[in-house]
Amino acid sequence: MPSETLLARITDYASRPNPYPLYAELREAGPVVQQADGSYLVGTYHEIASLLHDPRMSADPRSRGEVTHKPPFLRLDDPEHHRLRTLAMRPFGPPHNPGRVDAMRGEIDRITKELMESFEAGRQIDVVDDFAYPLPVTVICRLLGVPHEDEPLFRAWSDALVAAADVRPEQDTTETDKAGDQARIEMGGYLVNLAEQRRGKPSDDMLSAFINEPDPALRLTQEELAETAVLLLIAGHETTVNLITNGVLTLLRQPEHLDQLRRDPDLLPRAVEELLRYEPPVHIRERIPLADIDVAGTPIAQGTPVVLVLASGNRDPRRFHDPERFDPTRPDNEHLGFGSGIHVCYGAPLARIEAQAALGALLPHLGTARLVQDPPPYRQNAMLRGPRHLPIQL
Amino acid sequence: MPGDLEDGRIVIVGASLAGLRAAEALREEGFTGSLTVVGDEPHPPYDRPPLSKQVLLGQATADTTGLPMRRDPDAEWRLGVRATGVDPLAKQVLLDDGESLPYDRLLITTGTRARPWPNQDEGALDGVFTLRTCEDGAALAERLAAGPERVLVIGGGFTGSEIASACRERGLEVTVAERGPAPLVGALGGTLGKLAAAMQRNHGVDLRTGVTVTALRGNGSFTGADLSDGSRVEADVCVVALGAIRNVEWLAESGLAAGPRGIACDAGCRAFDMYGIVTDDVFAAGDVSRFPHPLFGYQMLSLEHWGNAVEQAEVAAHNMVSPGPLRRPHLAIPTFWSTQFGLNIKSVGVPTYSDHVVIAQGSLEARRLAMVYGYQGRVTAAVTVDMAKSLDYYRHLIETAAPFPPPPGAADRAIAADIAVPSDVPDPSGLSHGPTVALTGYLPDRRLTVVQPTR
Repeated sequence: MPSETLLARITDYASRPNPYPLYAELREAGPVVQQADGSYLVGTYHEIASLLHDPRMSADPRSRGEVTHKPPFLRLDDPEHHRLRTLAMRPFGPPHNPGRVDAMRGEIDRITKELMESFEAGRQIDVVDDFAYPLPVTVICRLLGVPHEDEPLFRAWSDALVAAADVRPEQDTTETDKAGDQARIEMGGYLVNLAEQRRGKPSDDMLSAFINEPDPALRLTQEELAETAVLLLIAGHETTVNLITNGVLTLLRQPEHLDQLRRDPDLLPRAVEELLRYEPPVHIRERIPLADIDVAGTPIAQGTPVVLVLASGNRDPRRFHDPERFDPTRPDNEHLGFGSGIHVCYGAPLARIEAQAALGALLPHLGTARLVQDPPPYRQNAMLRGPRHLPIQL
Repeated sequence: MPGDLEDGRIVIVGASLAGLRAAEALREEGFTGSLTVVGDEPHPPYDRPPLSKQVLLGQATADTTGLPMRRDPDAEWRLGVRATGVDPLAKQVLLDDGESLPYDRLLITTGTRARPWPNQDEGALDGVFTLRTCEDGAALAERLAAGPERVLVIGGGFTGSEIASACRERGLEVTVAERGPAPLVGALGGTLGKLAAAMQRNHGVDLRTGVTVTALRGNGSFTGADLSDGSRVEADVCVVALGAIRNVEWLAESGLAAGPRGIACDAGCRAFDMYGIVTDDVFAAGDVSRFPHPLFGYQMLSLEHWGNAVEQAEVAAHNMVSPGPLRRPHLAIPTFWSTQFGLNIKSVGVPTYSDHVVIAQGSLEARRLAMVYGYQGRVTAAVTVDMAKSLDYYRHLIETAAPFPPPPGAADRAIAADIAVPSDVPDPSGLSHGPTVALTGYLPDRRLTVVQPTR
C-alpha cells in the first residue's frame, strides 16, 4: 500500500492494538513522508528530536490558518507559551516548589493500597476501571484541589476534549470539535468557579495558588486560569492511565520480564522509562513550520502540518539497539515518551512516581495473573493510545 | 594486532574528570592490561562545577562532590603523588616519591590549576583565596558562611561571576574587579557582557570594569585592595579568579609539544613532540590538551569545559586500544553552561570564533534570549540565556555550517534578529582572566576579508 495513506491507516481503529508495523513501514519509507492530504509524517528519532527543538516549529494550530480560540500553553508558542507554562509550573515544581511532587509519594502509595484492597486471587478485575484510571484521577484532583466526588462530571468533559484532540485525516470532525469546545467551556467554568471559592481562603492546592497569587504580574487572567486548569486536569490523568495499563499489559505478555522485576524491584524506575519508550501513552504530536524548512532533504512549506510520530521514533533502530525488544535494563534510554524541547511534559516527575508506585504495588499480584483478552479493546484515540479496558484474572 | 592493544601497561597521569572517564572507557573498550592512574590530589576524582555554585551556597559540602564511577575501572590509584617527568625513550613516568612507572601507552590528563595572585606575599594573606580544588571550595565556603563584611572578587569570568552570584544569594556585599569592559566578555563577547554587567548590578554587585587590582593590602589578614583607578576596596575576603594555568611544567624535559597553551595533539588525541611529529604512545585529553577543530578553521582549541573533558577522554581511550584505521577524531562541538544571578547560560560552538552576532530569539530586556555568533557569514556558536531547549537547533546550524545570520521563522524571533553587530571579542591578552576557550591561532575578528551574507 502506498505510504501517502499511512496516517489514515495509523489512525484507522483497526490499527490500534498494534500500530508498530505501520511505524516500521513509515521509517522504511524515509524520514519524511508526504501524505495524500499534503501533510507530512516524520517517524525517525533524530528528525523528530530535531524538529521538537526547532524554534521555527509552532505548536499553535492557528499557525496553519485554523480559526480557533486561544489554546492552552501546550499548544502555544514562545514567548506566550513560556509565560504561561512558567506560571503554571510555580505551584507545582522547581524552583518555587521543588519538593511538591516528591512529597506526594506517601499519599500515592496510600491511594494505591486503597484501590487494591478488593483485589484477591481468583477474581477478575479491569485494570483500567479498577486501578489505572482512579489512581491518577485521585492524585490530580488532590493536587489541583478538585473534589473527588465531581469526578463523573469531568470524566464526560474529558472524554469529549480528548476525542476532539485526536487526528482523523479525511474525516469530518465538525461534531467532535463542537463537543470538545462545549466541554472545554463548561469544564473551564467549573474550575474557575472552584478557584474563586478559594480566593482569600487558600488551601494547599494549585487552584488556590493560582487564584491567590500576590504578584499581579504573575497572575493568570480568568481565561488563562480556565485553559491551564483544564489542561492540567486532563494531561494529569489521561496519559498516566495508559502508562500504567500499557505497563501491566506488557508485563503480562512478557512473563520473563515480569519475573525479572519481581525478583529485582529496584529495576522499576528503569522499567518505567523503558515502557515510556516501548509503549508510550502519547504516540503523535503535530507541529507547523513558521517558515519554509528543510527536513532531511525534504523541503516543507510554511504552514504545512507536520505530524511527529513519537512512538515510531522510540523504536527507530538508528537510535535504539534492538528497539522492538522490551528491555527493563536498557542503558541510554533517551526516549520521546515525554516529548522533548520547550513542550516537554512538565508532569513527567509525577507520572514517573505514579507509574512506579502503581506497578510496584501490582507486581506481587501479577505473578499468577493472566490476560482475559489479548489484545484488549482499545480507546478510539490514536494520539493518546491505550486500552479502554484490560480485564485480567488474578 | 588488536589483541596487543588490549593488553600491556597504560598509565594515566591526572585523576580528575578526564582521567576517570578515560579509565572507565578503556575497560569499556576491552582493555585488559594493567592500568595505573596517578593524581597529585589525595582525593578520588571529584566534580568541580558544584564548587563555585552549590558548595558556596552551603547547599552541599565540598567533600560530597565525588564523581560517580560508571564502572570500576580496575585501576591502581596512585593518589597524592605528583608526576615529575616523562622519559619517552625508556617509556617511564617519573614520580616525586622517586618511583618510576613503566608504560606502553601514556595518557596525560593533568588539567589546569588556578592562576595564583602574582605577588606571593600578598597572595598568602589570610582571607585571600583561589577556587579550583575541593579544599579551596571548602575553605571559601566556610569563610562565606562566617559572614564577611565584603568580598572582593578579582576577575569577572565564569568562575568570578559565579562566586559573586553565590555571595549575593547569601546576602554578602561583593565587589567584582574586571580589567575588560564587562563580565564574561572574554568568553561571550561584548553584547552578552553588557547583559552580564546589568545582571550583576541589578543584583547589588559593586561591579568595577576597566580596572585592575594593583595591590592586596593587609597585615597578616587581608583588609582591602588598591585599584588602578586610584580607588580602594575595603574587604575581608578576596577571591582571585584570574583563570587557569595548564599543568604542563612537569613535561618540560619530555620532548613533547607542551607549553603554556597546553599539549598540542592531533584530532585523535595523540600528542605531538617538540618537532611537530605525532607520537603513537602518548595521548592527551581534557583541559591540558589543545587540538585542531575543522569547524573552527583547524585552529588549535583549548577548552576548559566539563563536556570536553568527558568526550575527549572517551576518544583518547578508544584510540589507545584501537588500530589506526579504527581510530576516531575528537570533533565534538564544544558546549558549556553556567548558572549565576538566577540565569541559566548555555553555550554551543566557540563564541570567540566570531566576527558578528545577532539576537535570534528573545531579547536582552526579557533576560531570555538566544544569541547567535557568526564568522565570515556562517554560524559558529550560540549562547542561550534561560532558553536552553533551543540549543540543539543551533548546534545543528553550527555542524552544518549554516549561513549567518540564521534563517527567520522562530515564534519568539527578536526584532534585532536581522541586525548583525560586531561580536566584540576582545584580545585575550587584554583580559585579567583566561577565557575558557583559547583559540591558539589568530583572532577571528581580525578578519582579512569581509564577506557579507547574501540574505
